[in-house]
Amino acid sequence: MRDPKRRLTLRLSQRTVVLSVVLVAVVAATSAIVAAASATTGSESAKVKVGLITKDATNPFFVKMHAGATRAARQLGASLTYAAGKSSSDNAGQIAAIENMTTAGVKGILITVADGKAENAAIAKARKKGVVVIALDSPTVPQSATNALFATNNFNAGVLIGKYARAATKGKKVTIGMLDEHAGSSVGALRHNGFLKGFGIKSGNSQIACVGNGEGQTAPSQTAMENCLQKNPNINVVYTINEPSAAGAWTALKNAGKTQAATTIVSVDGGCAGVRNVRAGVIDATSQQYPLLMASRGVGAVVKYAKTGIKPRGYTDTGVNLIAKKALVGVRSKTVRYGLANCWG
Amino acid sequence: MTAETSAQPPSARSPLDWIRRFLAAPAVGPFLALLLTMAFFSLKSDRFLQGPNLSLVLQQVMVVGVLAIGQTLVILTAGIDLSVGTVMAFGQIVMTKFAIDQGYSPLTAIALGILACVAFGVLNGALVTGVRLPAFIVTLGTLNIAFALTHIVSNDLTYPPGTSGASTLPSQLLFFGRTFTVGHTEITYGVVLMFVLFALAWFSLTQTAWGRHVYATGDNPEAARLTGIKTWRVLLSVYTVAGLMYGIAAWLLVSRTELGDPNAGQTTENLDSITAVVLGGTSLFGGRGTVIGTLIGAIIVGIFRNGLTLIGVEVIYQYLVTGVLVILAVAVDQLTHRRRL
Repeated sequence: MRDPKRRLTLRLSQRTVVLSVVLVAVVAATSAIVAAASATTGSESAKVKVGLITKDATNPFFVKMHAGATRAARQLGASLTYAAGKSSSDNAGQIAAIENMTTAGVKGILITVADGKAENAAIAKARKKGVVVIALDSPTVPQSATNALFATNNFNAGVLIGKYARAATKGKKVTIGMLDEHAGSSVGALRHNGFLKGFGIKSGNSQIACVGNGEGQTAPSQTAMENCLQKNPNINVVYTINEPSAAGAWTALKNAGKTQAATTIVSVDGGCAGVRNVRAGVIDATSQQYPLLMASRGVGAVVKYAKTGIKPRGYTDTGVNLIAKKALVGVRSKTVRYGLANCWG
Repeated sequence: MTAETSAQPPSARSPLDWIRRFLAAPAVGPFLALLLTMAFFSLKSDRFLQGPNLSLVLQQVMVVGVLAIGQTLVILTAGIDLSVGTVMAFGQIVMTKFAIDQGYSPLTAIALGILACVAFGVLNGALVTGVRLPAFIVTLGTLNIAFALTHIVSNDLTYPPGTSGASTLPSQLLFFGRTFTVGHTEITYGVVLMFVLFALAWFSLTQTAWGRHVYATGDNPEAARLTGIKTWRVLLSVYTVAGLMYGIAAWLLVSRTELGDPNAGQTTENLDSITAVVLGGTSLFGGRGTVIGTLIGAIIVGIFRNGLTLIGVEVIYQYLVTGVLVILAVAVDQLTHRRRL
């Protein structure tokens, strides 16, 4: 009667011991990782604290921005705290990051807002507490919600690729597919409208066969383009919000039997993978922007504010260049070689 | 009776047994975890334990906390609700759109938003009880339905629309984002509401017949039915009350962000609410758990996000830590309760 129970107890306790050992090991490993992260990014009280918040942590554009800010902070003797949303539309995550950084005592926050308006209330509260807020890449609506904006002129970036697409398809019958980021994306709207302006058409024009949301990522963009091709298989001009999106669109077009010669794909960003795709002929032209510059100038502005009390103001254009393999008459562009020398990611 | 208690008289229990029994008591484990976490961060950052910072953590937790009350009720009945975030998003779009576009009085707009969420709760409950579909499937469906409706109704616009940027939402919608001062600390009304709702949920679950029926239905629906409990009615009421909670959470979210956001509720809220419930020691198999545990679970998640930022660690490590904590919480639950099976 007692023996089976004793065996049961024994078995349970062995299992308990094994499980406990595993749990302790997991906790120890996690603590070590967090402690290591804390040691490398941990702040020292004497340094100027700068916060950087991006839409997500995986897009190469933001990875480069993070790298640029880290390097600038090191050079200027500041300490950088970094946070990002879980996805490019994670407003709640960005709001919490703004609040926590403000409490952590940062002098300034550099942010690529996920939504034109959703973070404004949190930004206003941070500014009220004396934190300088600089929008990088994506403007808030209105722009005055932040102290300053350091960005590519996204509308112009769109105009450049719109003009290129127009010149590349001169005399041809055009059917356009457009892959945006997601609803509420301020930068997405600017590039989209810029493309239309450059192409010389208005929203709702009959040449636009399809407008899809690709989240600025490869897989969702492929899905969106596949669906667009179902709607209209004649699509031969494709606007994409960025180069990962263009890569996804091309996969869909290729699977549908399209050739590079018969389709014109334009994009924005100028990441190294994107420029390599221009060289390969997948993307015909892309507007290259310079995230390292946005981030390093942003960190510099916050450090200057901490030292002199002078706040950054207004809009600083960090520049944009059209990169194309084939130069076209009437459209100014830089070579692939230039693009590769100045690319990021 | 357990194997352990039938084998040994109480006086012969080893200290290990006592520790195990102590840890098995409701919400004790999560509470200890909370204390440890707070001790860790207060040692690493002198700002952490200050009133304004703790108030901020609660403010960041209030939306997920209220969602997690509904989630706790559903999980207590051995169900799960994947639609929490998108149903809340739909509620806040209804509130803000009706208040602005349709010109309804603010309170009517709020009531309509909450009602929309309650309707989703009733729908979930009806499908689970009436058609006997698994809660996972039903709420996966309503997750997508609510997501789609949110974007259709809002027309992908953030409310209030326009480019002025100045918030023109009526003050009633923003009430729970307002603060009052205690000492030098500003407390948000929404946080007070969250605590009141937790107290009400605790009372209903522990002190009323309805609460007992919820536990009984979750523990063993067949046995509950045979004792005369109308389990379908209990389940329907649980999903309906959960919907009500999501509606209130929608109001809190509007108050916190000062707008209606069609992209809200997609990324963090669903899983955060389940995380809070699990960290709080509620069993995913139903019939065991407390809302107080859930409150503590939600606060633990908030404290990690806040504390790691204060000590300069990137937020990505919060997810790492949360993942480990969830596994730990379930493992501890298994360890402490296995012998009772």
